[in-house]
Amino acid sequence: MSSIVVRVKQKQIAQLIAKGKRLDGRGLTDYREIKVEQGVIERAEGSARVLLGMTEVMTGIKIEIGQPYPDTPNEGVLTVNAELVPLASPTFEPGPPDENSIELARVVDRGIRESKAIDLERLCVEPGKKVFIVFVDVYVLNHDGNLIDASALAAIAALLNTKMFKYEIEEGEVKIKPGYTPLPIRKRPIAVTFAKINDKLVVDPWLEEEQIMDARLTMTIDDDGNICAVQKGGSGYFTPKQVLEAAKIAKEKAEEIRKKLKW
Amino acid sequence: MPTFFERRQLVTPGDLLAEGQYIAGENTYKEDDKIYASRIGVVEYQDKKVNVVALRAFYVPRVGDTVIGTIVEVGFNGWMVDINSPYLALLRASDVLSRPFKPQKNDLSEVLDAGDLVIAKIIAYDRAHNPQLTVSEPGLGKITRGQVVKVTPTKIPRVIGRKGSMVSMIKQETGCHIILGHNGIILITGKSLENEQLAIMAIRKIEEESHTTGLTDRIVQMIKKEKEKGKQKEEDKNESET
Amino acid sequence: MSQKLEKLIDKKGLRLDGRKPDELRPIKIEVGALSNADGSAYIQQGKNKILAAVYGPKELHPKHLALPDRMVLRCRYHMAPFSVQERKSPAPSRREIELSKVIRESLEPSIFIEYYPRTSIDLFIEVLQADGGTRCASITAASLALADAGIPMRDLVAACAAGKVDGTIVLDLMDTEDKVGTADVPVALMPNLNAITLLQMDGILTLEEFEKAVNLALEGCRKIYTMQKEALKAKYIAVKEVEE
Repeated sequence: MSSIVVRVKQKQIAQLIAKGKRLDGRGLTDYREIKVEQGVIERAEGSARVLLGMTEVMTGIKIEIGQPYPDTPNEGVLTVNAELVPLASPTFEPGPPDENSIELARVVDRGIRESKAIDLERLCVEPGKKVFIVFVDVYVLNHDGNLIDASALAAIAALLNTKMFKYEIEEGEVKIKPGYTPLPIRKRPIAVTFAKINDKLVVDPWLEEEQIMDARLTMTIDDDGNICAVQKGGSGYFTPKQVLEAAKIAKEKAEEIRKKLKW
Repeated sequence: MPTFFERRQLVTPGDLLAEGQYIAGENTYKEDDKIYASRIGVVEYQDKKVNVVALRAFYVPRVGDTVIGTIVEVGFNGWMVDINSPYLALLRASDVLSRPFKPQKNDLSEVLDAGDLVIAKIIAYDRAHNPQLTVSEPGLGKITRGQVVKVTPTKIPRVIGRKGSMVSMIKQETGCHIILGHNGIILITGKSLENEQLAIMAIRKIEEESHTTGLTDRIVQMIKKEKEKGKQKEEDKNESET
Repeated sequence: MSQKLEKLIDKKGLRLDGRKPDELRPIKIEVGALSNADGSAYIQQGKNKILAAVYGPKELHPKHLALPDRMVLRCRYHMAPFSVQERKSPAPSRREIELSKVIRESLEPSIFIEYYPRTSIDLFIEVLQADGGTRCASITAASLALADAGIPMRDLVAACAAGKVDGTIVLDLMDTEDKVGTADVPVALMPNLNAITLLQMDGILTLEEFEKAVNLALEGCRKIYTMQKEALKAKYIAVKEVEE
């Protein structure tokens, strides 16, 4: 995904960060401006659009009836998919999902799944036979860095906005009834991502910072301040001290960001 | 300014070798004032310099090295040569043909074809370009006979021995002509197949035991023993015939 | 996590296989297990059986993927169809694609990739039998395969997971603990540089538990590092002993 950043700029970014400053005027632990819009696609059961600076992600939720997994017959199914849409960046190519979009989807998935954000047991229609399947489709529309945080936020914002159709069972068949109920949501996991540049941690890296960062670390935090998912990326490393420092900052930041969500 | 290992001790990547005013030599690296090993090998401390003689490494081309390679591709104006390195080497047609050649007329595969072995010298190489070869020096060019042995390139100095002692001993004992490519490829040409086999056996033993001491003596003994065995066989054969 | 059939930790504080919470499973490592590869290693950790092989460095084809200033490391983590209880389709799953990426990124910091521009190293990992913690065991073996191939490295990378089982933070989760446990934290470390090169987590942990789990995993990494070095040296020491 990396493209060549002009050397002079690269040096400038790194030198500023060493002084605790950033090229766009932010402090090291400041997020860019976050805008969350919930309910933007009428055809979807739930949807949200998130702007993180210039990074833009839309997420749509579709709900269908299908079979449960054999090992969890009493639970609905959660499926997260991410598309790096070619119009979002010159580096995105059309075609089957690459490792970057798969990693993105799986990190978003882990946050929702491990925090038990959705009460999946309440999505069971007929144990072992019929359950609701929740499809979370993350659509990256403009890539200006930190896709993980924007996507995770768009996903939970869309889930909070999701309406499930009402139903009744007639002779073993599921009949849709008029009206809706909200999707049973219990937690609002928030992903907080750090980039390591010049041995310093910066929060919410934008594109040019991502291109020169040594490594990336994402911590997803639930409503109780617990950690529910972690993912290190990039070909660099972190010291144990940096990891624990990141966990503390992530907890604070997640609380701030969670206030942007309407529930 | 301590060092952390005995001379000739086995070290692995990441081992801290020395701290303080030391110089990082081969297969080591320096971070702050600490010197670490970057390959498995035996450590050598020479004055202020710390080296690791690697037991496992691949060949990285150097200008001036003699190498033995295989032609893998015949191109429009030259050949691509596999020199047992991460990079293929280029041998230009103009280097081999004395007269000017015309790509439309001359068929380069008539001169050197894929699969042919050559002894060549590296005349140019840098980070951005593949190594370039020459064969226009005495002793270089196409190989027509003999056997080829491949060893870990870092062990070539051990095969050569101190001031060439090891290789000249093998030459003398086996009567074979031996050419050592810096890239770990060795060409052996002898009067008989048995002599060539004996030289190959000696070289294999050196490769396996390169990090041990007293190796030259053991190799001499091995060759002598094998020769005896050979003679014994000959005699047995003669006796049974008479 | 529908039913808990048995306690994973008994009254004496021992686990299903009799281990203490901070104890590793038995580990066996063999360096140079495959003759065709430029470097290779085999690891058994509990019931995990994993092979790692390195080919290269060599010129990268197709050429447009080559980088002008560094080497490209390509990694494929793959599970054999018979490695798990129910047959796994041999086609790469999304999990395998993600793991291939994080494993690659856990090893890249250890390699001097800037030394050999325009080249590539291919790393192949085959899980022959899986018993929980395969990504960590794979990293441990793969790092040795790289060293065996003579690739210049900053340090070996050792990996180990910690997690939470029955409310206790434990080291090196086996399959059952991994499935029933409430958190899993795989970590990879370059011990001499104190550098964490892989860190993932799923489950739920408080900040304090997370810190405890990371520290326990790091301790496990350091123990495995010692075994890695022994395994790497064993190949050469054997020759030395025969002669002396």
